[in-house]
Amino acid sequence: MLERPGGPTGPGRSGGIRMFLLRRILQGLLVLLLVSIVVFAATQALPGDPARAILGRSATPTSLANLREQLHLNRPVVTQYLTWAVGLLHGDAGRSFSAQEPVTKYLSDRFVNTGFLLLCAGLISIPLSIVLGAYAALWRDRPFDVITGLFTLVLAALPEFVVGLVLVVLFATTVFPVLPAVIVIPPGGRPWDQPLGLILPIVTLVLAVTPYVARIMRASMVEVLESDYVEMARLKGLPERLVLRRHALPNALGPTFQVIAINLAYLAGGVIVVEYIFNFAGIGGALRNAVADHDIPVVQALAMAIAALYVVLNLLADIGTIVVTPRLRTRL
Amino acid sequence: MAVVSQVLTPEILGAPKPVGSLLRRALRLRRTQIGLGLALFILAIALIGPRLAPHDPSAFVGTPSSTSVPGALFGTDHIGQDVWSRFLSGGLTILVLAAVSTALGLILGISVGLVSAYSRNVLDDILMRIMDVILAFPQIMLALVAIATVGPNPLTIILAVGLTTMPRVARVTRGAAQPVVERDFVAAAEAIGVPRARIMLSEIFPNILSPLLVEASLRLTYAIGVIAALAFLGFTTNPGAPDWGLMINENRIALTVQPWGVVLPVAAIALLTMGTGLVGDGIARAAAGIDRSRGAG
Repeated sequence: MLERPGGPTGPGRSGGIRMFLLRRILQGLLVLLLVSIVVFAATQALPGDPARAILGRSATPTSLANLREQLHLNRPVVTQYLTWAVGLLHGDAGRSFSAQEPVTKYLSDRFVNTGFLLLCAGLISIPLSIVLGAYAALWRDRPFDVITGLFTLVLAALPEFVVGLVLVVLFATTVFPVLPAVIVIPPGGRPWDQPLGLILPIVTLVLAVTPYVARIMRASMVEVLESDYVEMARLKGLPERLVLRRHALPNALGPTFQVIAINLAYLAGGVIVVEYIFNFAGIGGALRNAVADHDIPVVQALAMAIAALYVVLNLLADIGTIVVTPRLRTRL
Repeated sequence: MAVVSQVLTPEILGAPKPVGSLLRRALRLRRTQIGLGLALFILAIALIGPRLAPHDPSAFVGTPSSTSVPGALFGTDHIGQDVWSRFLSGGLTILVLAAVSTALGLILGISVGLVSAYSRNVLDDILMRIMDVILAFPQIMLALVAIATVGPNPLTIILAVGLTTMPRVARVTRGAAQPVVERDFVAAAEAIGVPRARIMLSEIFPNILSPLLVEASLRLTYAIGVIAALAFLGFTTNPGAPDWGLMINENRIALTVQPWGVVLPVAAIALLTMGTGLVGDGIARAAAGIDRSRGAG
């Protein structure tokens, strides 16, 4: 198989797995540092007066001055950034304007709820997309491949909220009203106490992420099935099942892991819209409301959390790729 | 394959393969025809719709959230406006914003990708790390961060969606341009002293058009999705104006009694994104077909 130029794992350099991971972790930290600067710049250092943007045109001079004080807007930009970044590192993300409590306290339950939602969606969609993609490649150009191909193509093009709303129209309100259209989690309650209400949000996320991964898995599997080593394994008389499980699947999974990681991270974006549709008490819904209320500390904390999730998932994908691809282990 | 296509490079075949031939091949595929039909149908509704609207989209025509109001084909919305008129008038903003921000993302991304691939030095690393930083956000996230601070004005949305489109385009451009940069005709152009900017634009760029066309349709699909989603979350450039995304948000509370206010705009956005998605896939297939025939021949 050809080495993909500039692929996500990059060209192998000397140093072994440990050095490779260390380099990846350092790169991840660098990205997070830069992300924090971008988030900060986008929320506080924009041209114009953030205090006025937050409070609107009708704000009184006193309230403007108070807000500037609270946001430390009177200090130099670098000091503002350092205060915020050092606070984040200590687990202090400031106070929410609208909830009037520390951001971390306001968000902690929501993180658990969203984490559970993402976990369910990931646990269903990853095996599902791998199986769909592998079989589509195996039965290339046969009806199963053609039909899944069209379905995944159309689904991949649809925005998450369209998928979610179609499900609501079909299964919760107009056509077959059998499932709840919203999930109400009382304060202190947990989403898994309401399995029925979880079905539609999870299905929406699964439908949003599965098509893309399945398509990549198919492409990757098609390439592997045409490779010399798979032909060799077949020629030496290995049973087809062993050829697939021992030779084809692990090699096809390598590139797919990267895509899975990126898509799981984008699930974090999809979750914003999906939680809003189903009124799910998670960080996505909280972000939407924080944006509407100009609740900057909450927006900043959530943006950093989602970016951190992305970096961690990418790191896991790198590790996963090395584990399933022995070829890469030796090249490092 | 890479070696074979190197032999049959455009400078041997004559001018770079024109994009027209690629598009013609794509148009012979059924999926491209269907996709183009869907996209043009929705585009026509968005463009001509405002003239066909029977009522002023902001006029009160009858009982709110009702399906049986005389003179209102699809009933009324949550505050008694005509659903059909608001639907006909509500597509233009999404389409214009999506088109402009995609164009911005393409211009920025192609520039960064070309410079990155052609520079072959530390600038390449720096540009790609910057792209990584932007990629660390889901596309809608950066738009929300910007809206939280400066509000949902058109410029904010275009910049946010355009800037988040950029790194994705830049990666594809760079990947496609890297092998082209190594070709002999680039070295030849350098040798006779053609300025670097001209080499990028008139030697490298024409050779990477087919992956870029695929990428452009994909990015347009996602831009429509993100901008419609922002409107659905309640962030539109003009709160009172009709807008498909906002319509869905406003009318979903009355979904059980008056589904049209949600169903019509959802269907329009779904058909539009399906259409652009199918067109992109058609172009991708046609491009792959060209590559395959080259490899075989």
